[in-house]
Amino acid sequence: MKVVVAVKAVGALDDEAELVDGDTAVDPDGLEWDLNEWDAFSLEEALMLRDAAGDGEVVALTVGDEEAQDSLLACLAKGADRAVRIWDDVLAGADPLAVARVLAAAIEPEAPDLVLCGVQSSDAVNGATGVAVAAHLGLPHVAVVKRLELEAGVATVERELEGGLVEVLRIRLPALMTIQTGINEPRYATLRAIKQARDKPLSELGLDDVGLDAAQVGAAAGARLRQLRHPEKGEGAEMLDGSPEDVAARIADIVKERMSA
Amino acid sequence: MILVIAETRRGELRPVTLELVTAALGVKEAAGGRVAVAVIDADASSFAGALAVAGVDEVLAVSAPTQHFEAHHTQRAVEALIEAEQPALVLLGHTIDSMGFGSAVAARLGLGFASDVTAVSWNGGPIATRGAYGGKLVAELDFPGHERTLLTVRAGAFDPAPAAGAEPAVRPFDVAFDAPLTEHIEFREAATGDVDITKADFLLSIGRGIEDKDNIAQFEELAERLGATLSVSRPLVDAGWMSNARQVGQSGKTVQPKVYLALGISGAVQHLAGMQKADTIIAVNTDPDAPIFGVAHYGAVADLFDVAEALEQHFA
Repeated sequence: MKVVVAVKAVGALDDEAELVDGDTAVDPDGLEWDLNEWDAFSLEEALMLRDAAGDGEVVALTVGDEEAQDSLLACLAKGADRAVRIWDDVLAGADPLAVARVLAAAIEPEAPDLVLCGVQSSDAVNGATGVAVAAHLGLPHVAVVKRLELEAGVATVERELEGGLVEVLRIRLPALMTIQTGINEPRYATLRAIKQARDKPLSELGLDDVGLDAAQVGAAAGARLRQLRHPEKGEGAEMLDGSPEDVAARIADIVKERMSA
Repeated sequence: MILVIAETRRGELRPVTLELVTAALGVKEAAGGRVAVAVIDADASSFAGALAVAGVDEVLAVSAPTQHFEAHHTQRAVEALIEAEQPALVLLGHTIDSMGFGSAVAARLGLGFASDVTAVSWNGGPIATRGAYGGKLVAELDFPGHERTLLTVRAGAFDPAPAAGAEPAVRPFDVAFDAPLTEHIEFREAATGDVDITKADFLLSIGRGIEDKDNIAQFEELAERLGATLSVSRPLVDAGWMSNARQVGQSGKTVQPKVYLALGISGAVQHLAGMQKADTIIAVNTDPDAPIFGVAHYGAVADLFDVAEALEQHFA
């Protein structure tokens, strides 16, 4: 059972993040990096499938610069067998289709039984990369999986639909699935495992290592970022200031007034 | 032309479809002056009546080989439609079904692409607006080098197109389908439990900010004291602390109470989709940039435990 898990280090904005490069990027000093929340669940699912199979390999793979290194180490510490980081400066700010092209090129030679991705990343929230990878690899796919059972090469999965509805369906491996939060309980790495993670294989690849060049990545891109901006203020909330007691008093007034209306 | 891909489930047209028509009408003239809605369903032509709305010029009916949505079939059909009709713009809902094939179509056909789009304009080609960095920033995208662009549009971002008198013309569109790659077993409703949060006038809603399962009891008490019904955001259900029956959001319930008091909920897109139509939204969060302040009527940057404690005193 070989499972490739495509993961992403996500950047969370801190309070003083500034826009740079003609408002098309965030100053890296204003970002705190972490493994994408969804990917903790897809990695856990991969580890459980490998362990249930009794043999096999879990490979964590990312497209990211050096900021992504810690997230990959976290995957190794949690139990991935090896990790791959692919980067080229041309990938800075890459859109989901460009990233998918690179991921697919790196995954293809691995010939996995299963590819798992998070449904989306908490920063870009595209919900698009995984299924685009499947398209490049010609793999059958299911998006937004909240339960996965595997038997004799056939997966029975629950697809989480809107409004609390679930679709149960079957799909034959090899396949790609995007995994929803809550499917399992992601493990924490022990201190010992965190130390040992540094001894596990972590390869760093460039575009030519996966058989691509900058022009191919550029051609795969679906969009160009024209501008980032802060949401317009004023249309948002009326802010209640003061101590917690002041805030509570105002909230109580508002609630009582609205509920009696 | 603009091609709108309708979404159907279990014989019903999903509401996002008519919102997509509104999105299309906003850029219709710039995009070539024609809007066609494609229905891919086992009984596709039966939806013409539901699509009798202003601005729809034509319905393309694709007869699907399976009774329910099959991502690979829909993907194949949308690819065939784009190749035959050559639309400048293709609109899908940013829904669970579309997440199963939309980006695959864009990747395979080399289309311009953006997802979870909240506004669409035109300047020589489409321009899309969407969130960035978890909704804390707004991004504007364009699609240079692409003659055709596929956008998935957030549900609720546009009002539904109003009904019109006449049914649009229906044109059957044949697609050569392969065998399905997934097998539908069944639909299942999530457990409903003993509470219906969609019926409550006053929801006290708690999220990740409550930090620990052991803290839930205190908010159950607070809700009772306030005369509110307790609801939660997704992380508390994922953690197994609360039942899905109390979850507000895309995968939970859509609620519209008189008052929605959110404590420690940052406001992920999927959560906002379920509560932004509440009459009055009050949000307490420690992060001044939390996206929930973008939809709240009243907000406070404060520690929710302090506010909760003080709030109790006002409800004897």
